[in-house]
Amino acid sequence: MTATTQPTERELGRARRRKEDARLITGRTRWTDNISLPGMLYMAVVRSPLAHAKITGINTDAAKALPGVLGVFTAADLGAEGISLPCAWQITPDMKSPKAPPLAVDTVHFAGEGVAVVVTRDAASAEDAVEAVQVEYDPLEPVLDMEAALADGATLVHPDLGTNRNALWVFDSAEAGSGGDVEQAIRDAEIVVKRRFRQQRLIPAFMEPRSVVVDPTGEQLTMWSATQVPHILKTMASLTLGMPEHKVRVIAPDVGGGFGGKLQVTPEEALALLVARRMGKPVKWTETRSESLLAAHHGRDQIQDITIAARRDGTVTGLKVELIADMGAYLRLVTPGIPILGAFMFNSIYKFPAYRFASTNVFTTKTPTDAYRGAGRPEATFAIERIMDELAAELGRDPMELREQNWIKHEEFPFTTVAGLTYDSGNYEAATAKARELFDYDGLRAEQRRRREADDPVQLGIGISTYTEMCGLAPSRVLGALSYGAGGWEHASIRMLASGKVEVVTGVSPHGQGHETAWSQIIADRLGVPFEDVEVLHGDTQISSKGLDTYGSRSLAVGGVAAVKAADKVIEKARKVAAHMLECSEADLDFIQGKFTIKGTNRGVTIQEVTLAAFTSHNFPEGMEPSLDSDYTFDPENFSFPHGTHLCAAEVDTETGWVTIQQYVCVDDVGTVVNPLIVEGQVQGGLAQGIAQALFEEAIYDEGGNLVTGTLADYLVPSAADLPHFTTDRTETPATTNPLGVKGVGEAGTIASTPAVVNAVLDAVRHLGVTNIDMPCAPQRVWRAVQAARGAAKSTSEHTTETAAGGGLGSIDAQGGTQ
Amino acid sequence: MIPSAFDYVAPTTVDEAIQALSQAGDDAKILAGGQSLVPVLRLRLAAPTMLVDLNKISELRGVRDDGNVIVVGAMTTHHDVINDPLIREHAALLALATQTIGDPQIRHRGTLGGALVHADPAGDLLAPAVALDAEMVIVGPGGRRTVPASEFFVDLFTTAVQPDEVLIEIRIPKKTGWGAHYEKFQRVAQAWSIVAVAAAVRTEGGSIAEARVALTNMAATPVHATGVEQALVGQPATAETIRAAAEHAAEGTSPMSDGNADPDYREHLARVLTQRAVASAAGLAA
Ligand SMILES: Cc1cc2nc3c(=O)[nH]c(=O)nc-3n(C[C@H](O)[C@H](O)[C@H](O)COP(=O)(O)OP(=O)(O)OC[C@H]3O[C@@H](n4cnc5c(N)ncnc54)[C@H](O)[C@@H]3O)c2cc1C
Repeated sequence: MTATTQPTERELGRARRRKEDARLITGRTRWTDNISLPGMLYMAVVRSPLAHAKITGINTDAAKALPGVLGVFTAADLGAEGISLPCAWQITPDMKSPKAPPLAVDTVHFAGEGVAVVVTRDAASAEDAVEAVQVEYDPLEPVLDMEAALADGATLVHPDLGTNRNALWVFDSAEAGSGGDVEQAIRDAEIVVKRRFRQQRLIPAFMEPRSVVVDPTGEQLTMWSATQVPHILKTMASLTLGMPEHKVRVIAPDVGGGFGGKLQVTPEEALALLVARRMGKPVKWTETRSESLLAAHHGRDQIQDITIAARRDGTVTGLKVELIADMGAYLRLVTPGIPILGAFMFNSIYKFPAYRFASTNVFTTKTPTDAYRGAGRPEATFAIERIMDELAAELGRDPMELREQNWIKHEEFPFTTVAGLTYDSGNYEAATAKARELFDYDGLRAEQRRRREADDPVQLGIGISTYTEMCGLAPSRVLGALSYGAGGWEHASIRMLASGKVEVVTGVSPHGQGHETAWSQIIADRLGVPFEDVEVLHGDTQISSKGLDTYGSRSLAVGGVAAVKAADKVIEKARKVAAHMLECSEADLDFIQGKFTIKGTNRGVTIQEVTLAAFTSHNFPEGMEPSLDSDYTFDPENFSFPHGTHLCAAEVDTETGWVTIQQYVCVDDVGTVVNPLIVEGQVQGGLAQGIAQALFEEAIYDEGGNLVTGTLADYLVPSAADLPHFTTDRTETPATTNPLGVKGVGEAGTIASTPAVVNAVLDAVRHLGVTNIDMPCAPQRVWRAVQAARGAAKSTSEHTTETAAGGGLGSIDAQGGTQ
Repeated sequence: MIPSAFDYVAPTTVDEAIQALSQAGDDAKILAGGQSLVPVLRLRLAAPTMLVDLNKISELRGVRDDGNVIVVGAMTTHHDVINDPLIREHAALLALATQTIGDPQIRHRGTLGGALVHADPAGDLLAPAVALDAEMVIVGPGGRRTVPASEFFVDLFTTAVQPDEVLIEIRIPKKTGWGAHYEKFQRVAQAWSIVAVAAAVRTEGGSIAEARVALTNMAATPVHATGVEQALVGQPATAETIRAAAEHAAEGTSPMSDGNADPDYREHLARVLTQRAVASAAGLAA
């Protein structure tokens, strides 16, 4: 039936090019917006131009009169007033949750919130109709500043909640029994350093805008969506929209990036479903880029007050973290939990004896926040790596030496931290030694001294980030302990086809990561079949019936392991059949490179032959199942903990404030590497995104609560031209908590690079008296910090000025068009 | 991101274009490379009812030598400007500034005429036009007229070109043998200028014989830095004299405030960048 040459070369560790790339890069594939169904209608959303206002009237007559318009609906028209979009994470029993209808009812709570939808025969008419809907508003005071929002008498975003405070979530090592009392540590400390850092608001800015198509005409309603989470979407759609779960099929076709931004159950998905059901016809909604920047969820946005206590000799004795985190106007899928995902990571790789974390979550009249690459952990890593540099500066110590003094030594693993996590493995010394070698740490320090002495206008700084992160979300029991609304397992099925080919069905949902290639490599190795003979299926709940999708660097460490375990079940089933075919006992069989062989002989059968035998099953004995297909649902026993050392050399032009990254070296330890090319891609992309936070990106609102960085001309996503060459390398300390030894690499670069860059910028100008620069370290900010430190600040207007967009497209915007 | 409906014509001569504009009245817009107009239409910041596409008028493309001046057709693309030997030899400043625009796709479509008539204060070709003493040739129902760059830019996004007129060519007096530099300060590679400085310098025996300096985005229209020029002319081309002259760079400017820069920072940048631009143009390392 088929050739049965067994592969000899090991797939694990092989730098294969990704098999999905040709179709993704050429666009010859099925993105949601490419889908066109017979009789399909188009939906577009009328959005609020105001941050906070009462809706006093919606006049749809003019819109309804336009050609091609089939309907204009408000929340009331759709019966959606009582619907609330899901939040799966009740972080505290008394957490305040506002109602979150898919369209505003009476009041809008952020600029960009949907007020009505139009339904038309074609996409162009939809945009005309949106313009023709007239909404009257009675403006209310916007709520923009988190601290002001918490003050007595503040305007309330949701008056029925009685407060703008969503929740206070606390972890205290003394209470948890995992460490001492931090207040005591601070009282007893020989040195205490306290700093305030800001995590600016960021926009995930995935490449493919969000899009959804709903076909209500079959027995099962089918929803295609550009989502990271088809399985969660299916379950949530049934829980919140009253669809029986077995009547819904969700498909995430090829999805063009997400970065957490598509880890969501969106108002528009709910609306498309409601409208399709009402019209009885397929409906498509695809957002514009501007809508995406405005209304898709944002990320980060925290004020971080960090206090570190230490002895004079540099030994750290306590860490206190007080966060204020912006939820935006509503709680989306995991909004309130994002800061909590960082709670266990502020102590990072260091041996703090006492630790306290408190996050005060606040509502404002801004776009809701939620997961964004790293989700909680970049915030934690930034704060700890920044404060370690501040402590080093206070003590007059080399910042690397200070880290070494306090980190967990490689022989101390497994190590249970003050936050209660057990790090299974790691080797910070090895990664750091390798990074230092590649970076010429000592040579650069000498160059830095030379420039300082010469008072060179272009100063040099060195930034360090020795990070770890918790990946592989997550052990279900841990999620349960954190009151998360679901488990953290992952599912896989392996289907052995008659011709010997293999289908791997995975419950994770790739959106650019290369799972099809990596899973094929893993399973080809495990089953001893050629790479080309493995197909990976995902993203359609009719095919992949069970899964918890892709986020939190979980796909390989949880979903990949599920596939391996399913393959092991296939082998065990096949062993029985092979023993029957070879007329021997199972114990006499070796399984090597896809072939069962009787020990000490060369008599054997290949897995393909066994598969065919199972397919025909002509002479199977009674009780032997005529199938090798197997499923496995894997629940990890622990997180995985990638780590690494990132070193950045940055030049600061003190005359202009311009920052140039001169050198960037990172050595990451992501455990066993399945495909080095994919790992490299994830690291490089991650670095770009982390550097973007350090230097370029910021979602800015004006005092009226309008997003002014509403186009990619103003929201500055860097391109390759803005980034340096990256020197990347790895150490490999396998995770001990899963059979592959993998840890996850999706977020590492993003988590590690932001503080490395900011630390470098500060190190370049610290001798001038600069101790902090808010992100992004844009030229004006850096220049003003230097000016202020030199006592020559000429302007005091920094806070009043971050409101208008820049030139170019932005200035077209501001002027309302060309001449 | 779909514009409002509009009619579309693609005339093959300038006369036809003017006729089409006159007939359509105030609601017509010329389409050149579309790199500024199309975003405006897609964002629905403007909704013209008629687009008059100049891309089929071949006489508006290309560069020719006309004695003491070179003549650049308004529809010459940024890419062609950058690579044109006449421009590189006689108006190098224009090629250098054009090189900093956007990315290759944008430069293959966008045109010199479009960039000048669009008159974005952050646009990179306005200051070079002023520094090079360019003259704009405009044709309308009333005939043909020539407007010097110094009078062409009227305000933000506003030039001397009337709605029924077409900018057909840009005449640039030759500055053969001059040193030139365009110093652009921006946040990312594909962004508009926060501030930029266009400088062209002719040196003679180690001294600055002539100097032309103009600034991008330091006012609603490009600023001709005459104070800097006066301070340079006749001086030795040294770092010290250039630094001193650059101190005049912010004179007569009225920079705006935006997310990237406040006025005082822009003024400071104007001085620093002027010093760097002139030093480079004069052949000194900045
Ligand atoms: C992503 C991006 C980045 C960019 N970056 C930069 C940059 O860094 N620096 C920079 O300077 N520019 C930049 N641009 C703008 C670019 O230079 C445009 O090409 C230019 O501004 C407009 O030229 P155009 O030929 O595309 O004109 P169009 O967009 O077609 O037209 C612009 C305006 O001029 C009018 N017009 C055009 N030609 C004529 C004519 N001959 N007579 C009368 N009216 C006319 C049109 O009616 C319209 O109002 C960028 C554009 C984009 C999209």
